[in-house]
Amino acid sequence: MDITRGTILKQHGYEPRPLWRGYTDRTLHIDLNGLDVLEKPVTQEMKDTFTGGKGFGLYYLWKAVTPETRWNSPENAIVIASGPIGGITQYPGSGKSLVVTISPLTDTPFDSNVGGYFGPYLKFAGFDAIELTGKADRDVVVFIDGVSGAVSIEESPTDQSDSHILGEILTDLYAENEADKRHIGVVTTGSAADHTLLGLLNFTFYDERRKAVRLKQAGRGGIGTVFRDKRIKALVVRVPHVKGDLNNPVDQETINKTGVKLHKEIHDLDQKQNRMRNIGTANIIEVMDAYDLLPTHNYKFGSHKDTVNIASPKFEACVTQGINDGCWFGCSMSCAKAADNWELKTGPYKGTLVTVDGPEYENAAALGSNIGIFDAPTVMELNFYCDTYAVDTISFGTLTAFVMECYENGILNKNITGGLELNFGNAGAALELLHQMGAGVGFGLIAGQGIHKMKEIFARDYGGDPAFLFDIGMEQKGLEFSEYMPKESLAQQGGYGLTNKGPQHDEAWLIFMDMVNNQIPTFEDKAEALHYFPMFRTWFGLNGLCKLPWNDITPLNNKHEDEPAKIPEHVQNYVDIYNAVTGQSIDKYSLIVQSEKVYNFQRVFNIRMGKGLRINDRIPYRAMGPVTEEEYLSRAERYDKQLQELCGLETGNMDTASKMAALRSYRENRYELLTDAVYKRRGWTKNGVPTAEKLRELGIDTPELLEVVAKANHD
Amino acid sequence: MKTLVTDQTKCVGCGACEKACAALWDKDGGIKSRIRVTNGAEGNLITACNQCGECIPVCPGVALNRDSQGIVRLDEKQCVGCLLCVGFCGNLAMMMSPGDTTPYKCVACGVCVKACPTGALELANVDIHTVEGAVK
Repeated sequence: MDITRGTILKQHGYEPRPLWRGYTDRTLHIDLNGLDVLEKPVTQEMKDTFTGGKGFGLYYLWKAVTPETRWNSPENAIVIASGPIGGITQYPGSGKSLVVTISPLTDTPFDSNVGGYFGPYLKFAGFDAIELTGKADRDVVVFIDGVSGAVSIEESPTDQSDSHILGEILTDLYAENEADKRHIGVVTTGSAADHTLLGLLNFTFYDERRKAVRLKQAGRGGIGTVFRDKRIKALVVRVPHVKGDLNNPVDQETINKTGVKLHKEIHDLDQKQNRMRNIGTANIIEVMDAYDLLPTHNYKFGSHKDTVNIASPKFEACVTQGINDGCWFGCSMSCAKAADNWELKTGPYKGTLVTVDGPEYENAAALGSNIGIFDAPTVMELNFYCDTYAVDTISFGTLTAFVMECYENGILNKNITGGLELNFGNAGAALELLHQMGAGVGFGLIAGQGIHKMKEIFARDYGGDPAFLFDIGMEQKGLEFSEYMPKESLAQQGGYGLTNKGPQHDEAWLIFMDMVNNQIPTFEDKAEALHYFPMFRTWFGLNGLCKLPWNDITPLNNKHEDEPAKIPEHVQNYVDIYNAVTGQSIDKYSLIVQSEKVYNFQRVFNIRMGKGLRINDRIPYRAMGPVTEEEYLSRAERYDKQLQELCGLETGNMDTASKMAALRSYRENRYELLTDAVYKRRGWTKNGVPTAEKLRELGIDTPELLEVVAKANHD
Repeated sequence: MKTLVTDQTKCVGCGACEKACAALWDKDGGIKSRIRVTNGAEGNLITACNQCGECIPVCPGVALNRDSQGIVRLDEKQCVGCLLCVGFCGNLAMMMSPGDTTPYKCVACGVCVKACPTGALELANVDIHTVEGAVK
């Protein structure tokens, strides 16, 4: 290979040292304005209040920004941190990194959870977190060498942007030899991050069996766009070795025992349960369709006759079987599936044989049914290009579905789209739109702004009806919805709407509890679930953990537990491994309090940035019910029955428009009532502001936070 | 492929095999034996690796490989200590000791065969195709 490392612009030596009970007790700050490198101590107070991971990210971001800071302000920070459990190898799903920044899509603090090696390796190299602020004057690579103890900021050795190439180049460049490649973790973005607000970050892991660099995505929120705005080409970390005890835990024995128990559970039960080891999260595509939950044609419908063509067997036939596919060492869930020697049919890499990661469920729904494409190879092609260009698959699918509905309604036409016939199901047009985002040309530049900004543009420039655009544009807080149909589950509407960062299902996925199993019938029940589950799931992000091993495998006796939806045995596993790593003695209740501190801090942070109030928690009506007659009539029997049974209406003499209006009024009112109940349960005012009392109870009643909530209540 | 073959009806549970194995292989002078004898309802159960290799493809560190003699060996330098192989061994024959992250297994050395007073253990040449679930 003829590529050599770029000129070193700044070098900073440091002393590598072993971890202690899950922490290095040190973080790294790089200010790209002056190329300053600073080591900072981690205080006990930071650990007590913020735990790690996303908590540390929000802590540093709060200090970096002001209420006026926007995504492209120099002081905006990108913070990457794993967490105290991150990097253990015995418990599946323990290698995650959490990335935090002010998002270009939402203008508020955003967090994204990603696999790959970088976060754990950063710890092994000597730092619990890295903070990146400022903007470089040229493209740079930041290299953290945990072998020699040096941080260097170097000129980028290549103009290449797209991740499947850049990840490979940098892994080759910084590894001493083939055997050393497993010790390298790279963070890159892609060409679309220069042209759109949807840019994601790819975190690499070296797949020794395939001899290929694999990618995992911090997909949501446009963090890659911020990365490129800072002119960072890549981050690279190198460690001397990987072992099972590098976190120096207090009680390795308990970690071993708990990890082996889950490995065995997965070995014995995965084939009978979710088959994650065969096809990953894509196992649920046909299940979602069967329950009318698979977003189809911009969330108009929840199923389609052609779903069989994008059902999991179609993808299972594409991805290589029998290979360990964990995105971190020791993850026996092994869901990071990949297709090998996949020949690309379009775009700049047409004809190339590549490894395609995924598709995960979200990708299949976003790039398939939601845009009317029922063809597995096309979904694979879109998935590959989204990843390498660094376009968030979920936002791409949801915004393309919105654009397609606007096109079919005449709000857009070929003159506006530059000739793209963006009807549902037009695979060629969807691919071309994606290639335009990569190249920074054509209608891709407009679509790449996201739905929130497109709604303004379509109303202002193309005569779109703002009310209709608000109803069908599946975004909230600026973020595109992820891929579940929430219309028939009020709790899931709350799971999407009453969130800190926007409608992403990582806070709560309550559809089955609510709609299918009717386990949370009252507003209070739903509010309790919308308190517990977001707090419980927040905890994964504080500790460097993945959510999937919590409930994508369940113990045999789980159904006999008091609260089976919580998977109590696995909750206890987390309590046990946390205590075994850190030496603390939390229980399942204090675990929730750890999350509440960070969750409420993030809510106050949103308010500080001018958002985070009740008005920001509104959701588009498409998420609640049928916007159009076409939708109503497609499920008329269901809706008529609800009007009769729930609203006491005689529907026989009503026309469709009257029925739609009555249903809308009923459903919108219920969302408001749910909002009241959830805010009350969370200890917030009716306007969604955490009370001073709540902040005191959590021990986060600092003058800065109290000032923000006092101002919000006064306004 | 050379592998350890057991006849549980002959086992008297004396533990001589475990002691001989630990004496040879536990470099710390401890009790880490690659063969385990447990008393169950149906008599003594002998557990040791049959070299099926189910653990080879699931190892994230690519630390388990079959050598030229067909024996599945752990490369401790490559091992990342995840113990996935312990949970995924269908025969429960990948061993671990409580606080240690490096697993260990039988490599069919035969020291236990010599130690067994009742002939319950034997080293035999077995066709890999006849081993259930074998991974070549």
